[in-house]
Amino acid sequence: MLKALVIDAGKCTGCKQCEMACSLENEGEFNVAKSRIRVFDFHTEARFVPYTCTQCAEAWCQQACPVNAITTDSMGVKIVHDNLCVGCKVCTIACPFGTVNYNASTGKVIKCDLCGGKPACSDACPTGAITFQDAEQGGFDKMKVWAAQSANAATHEGPNTPKASQASGSGH
Amino acid sequence: MKYAILGAGPAGVTAAETLRNVDPEASITLVGGEPEPPYSRMALPYFIYGKIDEGGTHLRQDPLHYNRENIRYLTGRCGGIDAQAKRLYMSGGEALEYDKLLIATGANPIMPPIPGAHLEGVETCWTLDDARNILKLAEKGSPVVLVGAGFIGSIILEALYLRGCDITVVELAPRMVARMMDETAGGMLGRWCEAKGVRVLTRTRVASIKQGAEGGPRLSVGLSSGINIPADLVVMAVGVRSNTGFLVGSGVKVNTGIAVDDYLQTTAPDIYAAGDCCEGVDLSTGKPDMLAIQPVAVEHGRIAALNMAGHKHRHRGSLNMNVLDTIGLISSSFGLWQGAQVGETGKLVDEGGYKYMKLEFEGDKLVGAQCVGMTDHVGMLRGLIQTGFRMGEWKDKLLAAPERLREAYISVAQGAPNAGPMAPHVNTPRAGLGHGGASGH
Ligand code: SF4
Ligand code: SF4
Repeated sequence: MLKALVIDAGKCTGCKQCEMACSLENEGEFNVAKSRIRVFDFHTEARFVPYTCTQCAEAWCQQACPVNAITTDSMGVKIVHDNLCVGCKVCTIACPFGTVNYNASTGKVIKCDLCGGKPACSDACPTGAITFQDAEQGGFDKMKVWAAQSANAATHEGPNTPKASQASGSGH
Repeated sequence: MKYAILGAGPAGVTAAETLRNVDPEASITLVGGEPEPPYSRMALPYFIYGKIDEGGTHLRQDPLHYNRENIRYLTGRCGGIDAQAKRLYMSGGEALEYDKLLIATGANPIMPPIPGAHLEGVETCWTLDDARNILKLAEKGSPVVLVGAGFIGSIILEALYLRGCDITVVELAPRMVARMMDETAGGMLGRWCEAKGVRVLTRTRVASIKQGAEGGPRLSVGLSSGINIPADLVVMAVGVRSNTGFLVGSGVKVNTGIAVDDYLQTTAPDIYAAGDCCEGVDLSTGKPDMLAIQPVAVEHGRIAALNMAGHKHRHRGSLNMNVLDTIGLISSSFGLWQGAQVGETGKLVDEGGYKYMKLEFEGDKLVGAQCVGMTDHVGMLRGLIQTGFRMGEWKDKLLAAPERLREAYISVAQGAPNAGPMAPHVNTPRAGLGHGGASGH
């Protein structure tokens, strides 16, 4: 069963426990700048939105990599192989969600890999804003659901005000 | 069905794999122009400074990949095409029959007509073999003259710097990366390089290259300013030209690059083109242009292959974008970075801190961007530009404070970019033109 991170931004208090947990798990240090999940802070609105890669079904980052350093594992997770990554950063401009980022201290890129199936961020989240759940939906739907929720949460718009243009361009 | 693909760069390899996916029975022949396994030119700088070995430049790591996919891989140069007989001739004379042909022969570096450009020690930096030569000549402390500070020159610059060479950059334009970024950004890059001990001579031309004096460096490079610079190695990176000479007389129309329609078909029947050799549509202008970048090559390769196999896929245009690391200062540019004809610009400039961000709007849509010294979440710029989201109230906020990009993105991007992650290969700038995942499953 494929599982995915489900983010309910309305529950996020901005404590950044997820960022700390991610950085510790993946980089061995408490450095939120190297976290693969980031909590965006809407200063004027006191709103917080956790944000990370949703493991696109056919990932833009993966397609753009010149040396095939990003592959898909059996769980559908897009994984960067450090031994192959040359650090060209093309994936960082190719991912239209901005969720694969360059780590200058290693000269490679980092992105969420769901911690191999046990995401530290969801374990660390005290409010249930980040949960790890079964996902029948594809990456596109995941992103839509996530994005609609977080955008609504972020802008105080009522529920279900997605723009009419968001017709699925995928699926058949 | 017999498919032939000329060119084993990212466009050709992606096309071969796509054809295999959608047509398991087909005969697929992939022809590389160099006696190497398919590799990435983009990876060469990392090979030059030792971050990876030769194998690390390969497009697919497993040497048996092409066998396993039942893709026949040959190397050699194409000498000509007989579009009527559907046959192509290799320069060695052997013929190859095809039902559908893809031309993905990329580009060749331009060697400017400078006296002495043929001398030993004057190299281009384009092929794996060029890189091997440069490795031999670019020692720690070697004086090196790099001619050209465009995108490719600047990538090579970093590799030479990390090898410890003593570098002089000679560039005709008034700034570095003049075709990727504006004066502010190019100026920052230039100052950054100077601070790292690289001489950057803009508005300067190489007048001649001569043998160096006995006992000194092998070459002497005469500049338009009158000075001479000794060099063990001169690297030419003044530009590239599409590799299409073998098409003369074939009926395939070539402008600057190969002319293609929206389905990446050329003017000759059953011949398609993809990647750096062809003029695909630029998403920002809607006009054909040469966008010689990796993601576009992959997009083209995928779409051309689908069309060759009879799965009609229209190419709606690719977004121009680049990312560059200049000795640790990272810059990127997207779309209409020069700005729209009638538009508004938001800027954040920190000259001392080497930080720059410029956003270009047309109406309330983001159409272009440049960044220096910022890397986190820059992909959002692509997402916003490519999707053409209306920024609404966020436009004014971003004009005042471009650094609020992340907030703006989250607020505006209520859905994924149209066509979505499910179909990265087929970029639909507009909504409602849904045409399935390009994946063929
Ligand atoms: S990093 Fe971006 S492109 Fe890659 S899988 Fe995640 S969201 Fe998709
Ligand atoms: S930075 Fe690494 S993972 Fe990203 S495209 Fe380049 S080589 Fe591939």
